[in-house]
Amino acid sequence: MQLNGDQRLEAYRRMLRIRRFEEEGMRQFKGGKIPGPFHASMGQEAAIVGACLALRDDDAMTGTHRSHGHPIGKGAHLDALMAEVMGKEGGICKGRGGSMHLADNSVGIISESAIVGGGIPLATGCAFSARVRGVDQVTLCFFGDGAVNQGTFHESLNMASLWKLPVIYLCENNGYAITTSLAQSHGQPDIALRAAGYGMPGVTVDGQDVCAVYEAAAQAVRRARAGEGPTLIVANTYRFDEHSFGLVISGEPYRSVEEVEAHKRDRDPILLYRTVLLEEGINEESLGAVEDEVAEAVKQAVKFALASPMPRPETLPDYMFNSPLAGQYSSAAGLERN
Amino acid sequence: MLTDAQKLAPTPGTHIQMTYLEALMQAQMEEMDRDERVVLMGEDISVYGGDKLIERFGRNRIWDTPISEGSFTGMGIGAAINGLRPIVDLEFASFAYLASDQIINQASKLRYMTGGQIDIPIVFRCCMFSTGSMAAQHADRPYPLFMNVPGLKIISPTSAADIKGLMKSAIRDGDPVLVFEEKRLWPLKGDVPTDPDHVIPIGKADVKREGKDVTLIAIAGAIRPTMEAVDALAKEGISVEVIDPRTLKPLDHEAFKTSVAKTGRLVIVENGHRVCNVGSEIVAVMAEEAFDLLKRPILRLSAPDIHVPFSPSLEKDFYPTKDHIVAAVRRLL
Repeated sequence: MQLNGDQRLEAYRRMLRIRRFEEEGMRQFKGGKIPGPFHASMGQEAAIVGACLALRDDDAMTGTHRSHGHPIGKGAHLDALMAEVMGKEGGICKGRGGSMHLADNSVGIISESAIVGGGIPLATGCAFSARVRGVDQVTLCFFGDGAVNQGTFHESLNMASLWKLPVIYLCENNGYAITTSLAQSHGQPDIALRAAGYGMPGVTVDGQDVCAVYEAAAQAVRRARAGEGPTLIVANTYRFDEHSFGLVISGEPYRSVEEVEAHKRDRDPILLYRTVLLEEGINEESLGAVEDEVAEAVKQAVKFALASPMPRPETLPDYMFNSPLAGQYSSAAGLERN
Repeated sequence: MLTDAQKLAPTPGTHIQMTYLEALMQAQMEEMDRDERVVLMGEDISVYGGDKLIERFGRNRIWDTPISEGSFTGMGIGAAINGLRPIVDLEFASFAYLASDQIINQASKLRYMTGGQIDIPIVFRCCMFSTGSMAAQHADRPYPLFMNVPGLKIISPTSAADIKGLMKSAIRDGDPVLVFEEKRLWPLKGDVPTDPDHVIPIGKADVKREGKDVTLIAIAGAIRPTMEAVDALAKEGISVEVIDPRTLKPLDHEAFKTSVAKTGRLVIVENGHRVCNVGSEIVAVMAEEAFDLLKRPILRLSAPDIHVPFSPSLEKDFYPTKDHIVAAVRRLL
């Protein structure tokens, strides 16, 4: 299964939307408009978009603290995402989630868990629900190489395999859990081999090649919908920015400047894919049109976000409960008293 | 003399007699009949949960899980977000520690963190096995820990009718609810309404015995020695009003204040450890909101700040007993 005509440009569009959204986000961060930490996905766009494009609109997803790419990859509108990272009322999570939790349920995302490995059981449960309800929805579960060493990874893969749940475990393997490399933290660093322990296919793909990721994910989606169970896909990718934007690493360097520069120069998934598209006959004009469109969408998102008001302090307890009870907000009442 | 069942029974109506455990099971089964989204999951539940469950609902509704509390709990949460209404049976309340990351970091927070984009209608059953030489790792009563987490509702009913009505409310609720049941209450019989829509609202306390001299708030399993003590005191002419909060979060402040307005004296009895337990919270509430109603200092009875011992000789007086409660009430008069 390969990316078809429309999907080829869509893959380029979505990768570029992630890149430009984050570049602009970093500018806004420097300008003091974005509070809290900012974890960029730049460099990892192909791993995200390739997997997302294999899904249907009604399929579900979970993500991680590096959460900007996932909703954009699944096709989310940028306005409410930008407003959220600024902590605005118009944010997708009403200013309650922020940069590490950019979950947009309108594109099927049930959570972006900033607890490493925390989203893996949720994705498994999402797929469990599809199985119980007898629908052919698939769940895509993103996590990083660091999460592979969490208990939730092993427990969840076991249950998903046992019950042949329609879930795809997609490891965005960027080689570093913050500063800890794969070699320093994995007794056996070939992550895909772990799948064998749970009786499911383990596939390694070049995570800088959007077509390769798409093909692996599409195959896993086919398996999942056919009732054949889960697949573990390891997309080997690279994080261009620091773990978190602006983070100062004062101790021993954990990766060299040369290593980072080489990846940016030779392994940029967007540049690589642009070359492929040109070779496949898509002209500069078409690509330029997509680039302009993305630039405009990001510009519009910033405009929307800056114009959106901050949430009013009296809305602090909103969204706590589906069915609030009397006395449930005593802490808020306490704030008022004090 | 009244039996325990009579002491804890609600007003008779269209009721049938059953045990606390039977009422709990009946609540689950009726709700599973009523709503096909309700599924039950946990370790060994098709065996311990009764073969009737599998027979009636099939294996697509009843899931025996591997021993993986940390993740099958999260699986229930994911399923709740995506269209089911799971009851996750953690069996031993002590095992909720294993599941606590998912309960605290995911179930309690995700609705808020997503700005209300998702709902998490899930019930966690956490049974407290406080007695019977279970020893420290199986005998905990961890409800105070979870009371400190926003976004959770917590119930701990003590009668058959209450567990049925509150369990039904929990299953029908749109948010995560923790049920702290007590093994010592399982065999207690009581009259239970036969109405399949017998629901008791979460957040409402119940007066289990009316009285005028002292208010006694009893939590979960502490209701048993409390009722024994109250009977003994009645023989001496001391009239104790017993309040069962039934819901630990949110607590029904008004019910406490109404009773203390009448008695002016308050004793709180529970089996949780002493530091930062539900009694601590009730004392704080009364100090903040009803200090002027109190004629005497509030007394708290609880387990000491020591782990639950194994040996019966050490375990015997570990939790508040009838004699402790009688002595505490006398001290206030």
